Amino acid sequence: MKRYSFLELAKNAFSAHQNWGRQWRSPEPKAEYDVVIVGAGGHGLATAYYLASEHGIRNVAVIEKGWLGGGNTGRNTTIVRSNYLWEESAALYNHAIGLWQNLSQELNYNVMYSARGVLMLAHTVHDVQSAQRHIHANRLAGVQNEWLTPEQAKDYCPPLNIEKNIRYPVMGAALQRVGGTARHDAVAWGYARGADALGVDIIQNCAVTGIRRNQNGSIEGVETAKGYIKAKKVGVVAAGHTSVVMDMAGVRLPLESFPLQALVSEPVKPAFPCVVMSNTIHAYISQSDKGELVIGAGTDQFVSYSQAGGIHITNHTIDAICELFPQFRRMRMLRNWGGIVDTTPDRSPILSKTPVPGLFVNCGWGTGGFKATPGSGHVFAHTIAKDEPHPINAPFTIDRFRTGRLIDEAAAAAVAH
Amino acid sequence: MLLIYCPYCQVERAEVEFRCGGEAHIARPSDPEKTTDEDWVEFLYMRANTKGVIAERWRHIHGCGRFFNALRDTVSDNFLTFYKTGEPMPTLETLPQEAGK
Ligand SMILES: Cc1cc2nc3c(=O)[nH]c(=O)nc-3n(C[C@H](O)[C@H](O)[C@H](O)COP(=O)(O)OP(=O)(O)OC[C@H]3O[C@@H](n4cnc5c(N)ncnc54)[C@H](O)[C@@H]3O)c2cc1C
Ligand SMILES: [Zn+2]
Repeated sequence: MKRYSFLELAKNAFSAHQNWGRQWRSPEPKAEYDVVIVGAGGHGLATAYYLASEHGIRNVAVIEKGWLGGGNTGRNTTIVRSNYLWEESAALYNHAIGLWQNLSQELNYNVMYSARGVLMLAHTVHDVQSAQRHIHANRLAGVQNEWLTPEQAKDYCPPLNIEKNIRYPVMGAALQRVGGTARHDAVAWGYARGADALGVDIIQNCAVTGIRRNQNGSIEGVETAKGYIKAKKVGVVAAGHTSVVMDMAGVRLPLESFPLQALVSEPVKPAFPCVVMSNTIHAYISQSDKGELVIGAGTDQFVSYSQAGGIHITNHTIDAICELFPQFRRMRMLRNWGGIVDTTPDRSPILSKTPVPGLFVNCGWGTGGFKATPGSGHVFAHTIAKDEPHPINAPFTIDRFRTGRLIDEAAAAAVAH
Repeated sequence: MLLIYCPYCQVERAEVEFRCGGEAHIARPSDPEKTTDEDWVEFLYMRANTKGVIAERWRHIHGCGRFFNALRDTVSDNFLTFYKTGEPMPTLETLPQEAGK
């Protein structure tokens, strides 16, 4: 791998940046791999990277039906935070926060992690109590999170409207300073480049169409658009399409897939210093380094693979944004799109072995898995390599739905995260 | 926004009048005492989450308030048919060719 540096930049300037070379290969699949990962989103690519870098397993393929990072990884609003309620989640998301700190250096790729702070607004008495409960729980779990009065919130985020005469007045906010954003594409590209350099084959435009098992029921390989590929182990990291892929191995999961939307405005000069989320009125907003306001909306109420979503869902979010930030009423919106998110009943992910020997699944991240990308890949690689979970993902099994040990962030967060 | 037909009111209305009730025809175990954990998991949590035609429940929450069922294609979001609670799930063969197109 050619390392990126200031010197490389200067050197390439002499050839007008025409000779940088490709960041990863486009190999044809080999006949057999030790591990096949289905899905080249951030989570799948990170898994492959850590399999190679931490566990020395380099005979790995990541198989992607479209282009890498073209799923939810490239469609999300990039909010990073870890102030979840339960200890299990706090540990998982905080593990990711730890890895974000040094990720650009580790990958030699600027993932633009920006700890600009995530402000979560409270608009009702219930919101205030729930936010403070989170703050106390987080403090006990060693996770940063603090309470701001409306005036302190406005100090932190000057565009915020804290007038009392609006439909959902701001009664305070929880702030996680280490939260923020990162560049979604760069995360996928950085992991892809890193994994490729360690020998991982990334095979794009190649859908997995079947999963083969032997007489004992164990994994034997995958059928793909480019033919049959043998595999000792298979890890499915297919987000919204997980149910479809796992069905190929006869495994049922507690998942439902919904469209989730986002939109961006025309680019403007820096006007918005942090990330603001309001679960109660369904609005998420930050400003990208390009200058676009990045706005997240809610999910549709029904299962769908349409990758679009209802316009009334977006309108609802825009209503809220304009009331909280009146200065944005005259902004023009540029693009709107949807991604298909896989949600579990307790709104916590599944990173688990499955009833099929050799088959592993990493799914259920729903509306909020981008923030966890490094941590998820890290512990999932451990699970595949060692055939047993890392202590951090041990609670995130499929079996928790039988034992009743749910990790209920749904009730805790009210809505999306 | 979806356009939904309530088979009780016999009118088409905008989606915002309705609440989706998820996968249809999931029967609650009839003898809870004898139901295994695995069967409870199936009933409570496991979902087909089909990419293609599904049967799902809708409730006309801002109308008659009643539950009914529908067949919908989850790729195009087009409905194939609507039917009352208690009626059997229509098979695809019995539907007119153009349904859901
Ligand atoms: C609009 C929107 C906003 C969001 N906002 C946030 C946010 O602010 N913060 C946050 O933390 N999270 C957010 N999320 C959630 C986040 O995007 C996801 O949880 C995360 O990106 C999932 O990553 P992944 O790698 O698992 O999935 P993906 O990036 O979707 O990757 C899965 C890949 O599997 C591939 N695949 C599927 N089926 C097959 C097959 N049969 N064969 C081969 N490949 C297959 C797909 O093509 C896809 O590329 C948001 C999501 C959306 C849609
Ligand atoms: Zn009705």
